[in-house]
Amino acid sequence: MTRTASESKIELRGLKKSFGAKTVLDGVDLRVGAGESVVVIGGSGSGKSVMLKCVLGLLWPDAGSIHIDGADVTALTGRARQAHTEKIGMLFQSGALFDSLKVWENVAFALRSQSAMPKRQARDVALAKLAQVGLAADVAELSPSELSGGMQKRVALARAIATDPEIVFFDEPTAGLDPILGDIINRLIVDCVRHLGASAVSITHDMTSARKIADRIAMLHEGRIVWDGPAADIESSGNAFVDQFIHGRAEGPIGMAVRR
Amino acid sequence: MNFLAPIGRVFIGFLVATGRLVAFAAVSVSHCVRPPLYGRSIGRQMIQIGYFSLPVVGLTAIFTGMVLALQSYTGFARLNAESAIATVVVLTMTRELGPVLAGLMVAGRVGAAIAAEIGTMRVTEQIDALATLSTDPYKYLIVPRLIAGVVTLPILVLIADIIGVFGGYVVSVHSLDFNAANYLKLTWQFLEPLDVITGLVKAAVFGFLVTLMGCYHGFHSRGGAQGVGAAATNAVVSASVLILAANYMITTAFFGT
Repeated sequence: MTRTASESKIELRGLKKSFGAKTVLDGVDLRVGAGESVVVIGGSGSGKSVMLKCVLGLLWPDAGSIHIDGADVTALTGRARQAHTEKIGMLFQSGALFDSLKVWENVAFALRSQSAMPKRQARDVALAKLAQVGLAADVAELSPSELSGGMQKRVALARAIATDPEIVFFDEPTAGLDPILGDIINRLIVDCVRHLGASAVSITHDMTSARKIADRIAMLHEGRIVWDGPAADIESSGNAFVDQFIHGRAEGPIGMAVRR
Repeated sequence: MNFLAPIGRVFIGFLVATGRLVAFAAVSVSHCVRPPLYGRSIGRQMIQIGYFSLPVVGLTAIFTGMVLALQSYTGFARLNAESAIATVVVLTMTRELGPVLAGLMVAGRVGAAIAAEIGTMRVTEQIDALATLSTDPYKYLIVPRLIAGVVTLPILVLIADIIGVFGGYVVSVHSLDFNAANYLKLTWQFLEPLDVITGLVKAAVFGFLVTLMGCYHGFHSRGGAQGVGAAATNAVVSASVLILAANYMITTAFFGT
């Protein structure tokens, strides 16, 4: 996963977002190249999820621009905006599987809604994607609530890549999984992204996971990117924030905000 | 002037909430008239909201019709006006109690369920997931419920009217010793199409209010299990109050002051 990024797939410039008096994003600048895997690390509440939701169009940024393939999507609405959002597959932290639908219907959801694929064909694609994340065809007819947490995560991963998106977002992909399962998910992410040739943005505070899936790592703290560099340089960043975070020290420049 | 500040804050809060609700309703309705519509979801919701409410609405209607006949008998017998009972039962059922009681029962049964389901989808990020899968949450979740509510509640009320009148008939004929044919004739005598139509108009409005409040509170719920619980409660309470207020306004509009 060490392809050099020539053109940028996603580019955030001066992205700001506040909720009431609370500033969550305070001018985020981030560039993701085509086929590049960027991991954004940062503590809880540093605004990682809000950043992804702004790119997905689930939240409107207060200021700044979001360019996808060179087009500023913050200036677009409706269908034009949706055309860009359709390039993105998203793995939610909790999986966010639709519990009213069967597993295969979850995976095939975007195929049916985006390209109106016939049911039988969509089911075949869904089964292939499930196989890709190591799930047998017999889980396809189950409902998501009948699966274990790890299996739900895999189904959610299969759903995120079902339409072969050009960009994939991973929100805390290994949160709440045991280390072995976490490693399996990491490997699946690397495989899937390489297989698709997609750009990936992952947010996590799991450093093992970050080292495994990242080409580049960026650190978000108090609404700004405080460090951005190749994954190999993370140990020798010389940045006090990064050092405190990757070594998990309680002492350092990052104070734990008890109240926000 | 500090003592005025809390009053102003409450008033502004009320205006903000009203504005949000109206904006939500406007967006939802605009999606109802723009394709695509999810026909299968609409059908499923009609069964959920309409068909499965039949037992509870039917039971409410039959007991209400029966008690109406009994109570109006105790009143009218003193005035030797027993012949008015059939008219009282049929007019009260079709104009008022049919739609209002069916609306309230459906608010309790369906409004809470809608708020809980959509609220859970909100707090587990399923609504965000819908949007990332190129599906408009308004179209997929809210429109089918609104349409199902507006279409099925009038049908429920029509059935409730018939069952309620039947309840009054059973009590009048079997325990109050009315002549069956005479009672039916009296029932028809003063009943006009407008009486039934206003009841059905009310039912359609109530169906809209119940599903709208369920969707609105569910869609804006936050904060996990507690938030979903609060959404369900708020959906039922606000729908019930709005039903009673709208009932008064529609009655005024049709029958004057």
